[in-house]
Amino acid sequence: MCLAVPGRVLEIAERDGTRMAVVDFGGVVKDVCLEYLPDLEVGEYAIVHVGFALQRLDEESARRTLALFEELGLLQEEFGDPWEAAAASAASAASPGQEEER
Amino acid sequence: MADTETLTGTGGAPDILGWSCPLPLRDHPRVVMGHGGGGVLSAELVANLFAPAYGGPLLAGLGDSAVLELGGATLAFSTDSYVVRPLFFPGGSIGDLAVNGTVNDLAMSGARPAYLSCGFILEEGVETAVVARVAHALGAAARAAGVEIATGDTKVVEAGHGDGVYLNTAGIGLVPAGVDIRPQRATPGDVVIVSGEIGLHGIAIMSVREGLEFGVGIESDCAALADLVAAMLAVTPDLHVLRDPTRGGLAAALGEIAAAAQVGVVVSERAVPVPPQVANACAVLGLDPLYVANEGKLVAFVPREHADAVLAAMRAHPLGARSAVIGECVAEHPGTVVCRTPFGGTRVIDLPMGEQLPRIC
Amino acid sequence: MKYLEEFQNPDLAGGLLADIRATVTRPWALMEVCGGQTHTIIRHGIDQLLPPEVELIHGPGCPVCVTPLEMIDRALEIAARPEVIFCSFGDMLRVPGSSRDLFRVRGEGGDVRVIYSPLDALRIAEDNPHREVVFFGIGFETTAPPNAMAVYQARKRGIRNFSMLVSHVRVPPAVEAIMNSPQCRVQGFLAAGHVCSVMGTDEYPALAERHRVPIVVTGFEPLDILEGIRRAVRQLERGEHTVDNAYGRAVRPEGNPAARAMLQDVFEVTDRAWRGIGVIPDSGWRLSPRYRDHDAEHRFDVARITTREPAQCRSGEVLQGLLKPHQCEAFGTTCTPRTPLGATMVSSEGACAAYYLYRRLGTPDASREASPVG
Repeated sequence: MCLAVPGRVLEIAERDGTRMAVVDFGGVVKDVCLEYLPDLEVGEYAIVHVGFALQRLDEESARRTLALFEELGLLQEEFGDPWEAAAASAASAASPGQEEER
Repeated sequence: MADTETLTGTGGAPDILGWSCPLPLRDHPRVVMGHGGGGVLSAELVANLFAPAYGGPLLAGLGDSAVLELGGATLAFSTDSYVVRPLFFPGGSIGDLAVNGTVNDLAMSGARPAYLSCGFILEEGVETAVVARVAHALGAAARAAGVEIATGDTKVVEAGHGDGVYLNTAGIGLVPAGVDIRPQRATPGDVVIVSGEIGLHGIAIMSVREGLEFGVGIESDCAALADLVAAMLAVTPDLHVLRDPTRGGLAAALGEIAAAAQVGVVVSERAVPVPPQVANACAVLGLDPLYVANEGKLVAFVPREHADAVLAAMRAHPLGARSAVIGECVAEHPGTVVCRTPFGGTRVIDLPMGEQLPRIC
Repeated sequence: MKYLEEFQNPDLAGGLLADIRATVTRPWALMEVCGGQTHTIIRHGIDQLLPPEVELIHGPGCPVCVTPLEMIDRALEIAARPEVIFCSFGDMLRVPGSSRDLFRVRGEGGDVRVIYSPLDALRIAEDNPHREVVFFGIGFETTAPPNAMAVYQARKRGIRNFSMLVSHVRVPPAVEAIMNSPQCRVQGFLAAGHVCSVMGTDEYPALAERHRVPIVVTGFEPLDILEGIRRAVRQLERGEHTVDNAYGRAVRPEGNPAARAMLQDVFEVTDRAWRGIGVIPDSGWRLSPRYRDHDAEHRFDVARITTREPAQCRSGEVLQGLLKPHQCEAFGTTCTPRTPLGATMVSSEGACAAYYLYRRLGTPDASREASPVG
């Protein structure tokens, strides 16, 4: 149920009576069936699974989510940093003696 | 992993029921694709079927090439067969692979490759123009790698019994005095360096494979690495391990080294150079870049005191310009490769089972 | 906005983790239902970053793993027939049936092909009119619409040599079954975001209410997972149990109406066995009578093949968090990733397979894996 990735519509064309699009996944281009999102337009992003666009991605919602993550980050800076402790303990647990770029 | 010690090589048929490894070949009465995939199944085929049948000591090394003493010289000797489909792909062809693959197998023991043999197995009906294209690619690649194709052979199989052209090349080269490079020499404290961006060959091939076609502006990294190795050896002859991460990718290369030397390997995922198209193609297909094949990269285990100088020499070479330190060899968790994720967690990098397949979940 | 890298940014994880730590006061057991989410968790080591109070139980949401042994055996029998081209998603090829897998069928001469999209299978059928092309239709509600489209088009375009072996499963009945288990330890669910992209969220409020569990619709990138956990923990600490959508960019309450309409037309609900768990009522889809001509189970008369799951396997208990993998007698002996008895050992994301890998590490991480709080 799982492996679905966001892609951006480059072109739309009818093929064998099926609405198809050329979709760009960050430099990887594949044919995708648009039958379930017939009103998807060139330039829009959708979630694609096994060659089918299944849901349009909502930029407004994505931005709100990311803004929330940033806000939580700012709060964390204000009230100390349990994350550093978690990362450090995970690091030392996994690989004693390993120096790390973080 | 396969355990050759419990096996006694005899001249007769293999004692199928006597095998003792966790999933013996008796579970595969016939060969499956995974037996050629460079992963666990390939290793088991060598350890459980070939090694006991041959009985000689050299295969026990199980490196990319055999290193032998002959007439006072130290030779590296290797052979490889090429069954790639399609024959021509972005960035190369089966001809380039046949030269560079064998040259690289020799170079991974520190040898200067000198001579190759080349056998053609042609399918009845294949166009001679195609064979000519392959032959020209072979010649050009050999000249570029500084080796000579000294002998060859041609056979034809009936139509339907091959994919047009199969190639086999064998090669020999001289190992310089004082050089002893093999997987067993990996030592805790060694710095692990990869010579550039990973995953290019595997993704380039997949992008043109029937039924999977996708557009991606990348080419195979297919290249001969002997010259890069020479530049590294010029810094120090004391390189511990070199491996070209071909089938099974970096994961298989590191896993085999960890198993051979009974050391642990820790890789920092953030430090591994992965081009964005490779990362994105892997995201679409559900693959892990660490498991995708390379044909023009090497991974080196270098003593810490030489690491900076070796890295600098690699970066000064055109085939190593994007070289990077990706991790280190440790005494903990012998035989296991562990990856530090950018989030600060860890995961185990297991040996690939067989061929890489797109997944949906 | 690329909707991908932004949600993989390790620099934004700190705030989410800090908030989870600040909120949590006692142990909670959450289940991520989807195997894709389990994959993200293992791949990035997310579980190792969480406070010890938060336990993740890996759910049964890997369609490859839960496809029942019986269905694999049916697939193997069909794939071995000389007239058949058997098409499958790549991850099914390795899944063992009673005595072999699809790889081995191919090794024995079967024409087994890996495809990326169900429409590829349809094209193969058009290109090979004298062969029987059978597509192994597995998956949850996300994969069902693409598979349904292949059958719909085959019927519409008269591609008679195309049929599908259907083993579709549905998430909500599985969640229901887990919650109905008397010893169930799960206190909150991360619902599979992409299932909800198709189905919407209207199946969940009744579940959340009936079992008084928070259900957070969650995405698949590392930050999405952390956000799903954060919201579930918030609800639990407050004593709430609502359906919350943390994957708003890809999930609308109504889902995808066109896809849902197609599912209605092509499939009908049926009971379905889950590997290692058993039959869950109404948890599957089969082709509706209108499409029976394209049902491989009928065409090849394989419904007679019935296989019993190995009694040794206790993956049902593992999936409910009742048993740790290493507490099972078969673990690491008769059951390994190479010789799996059940769902949880089949894929590398399965709870048992993950334990098997980590056991080799011998680090404190492994001991934590082996004895989570709960």
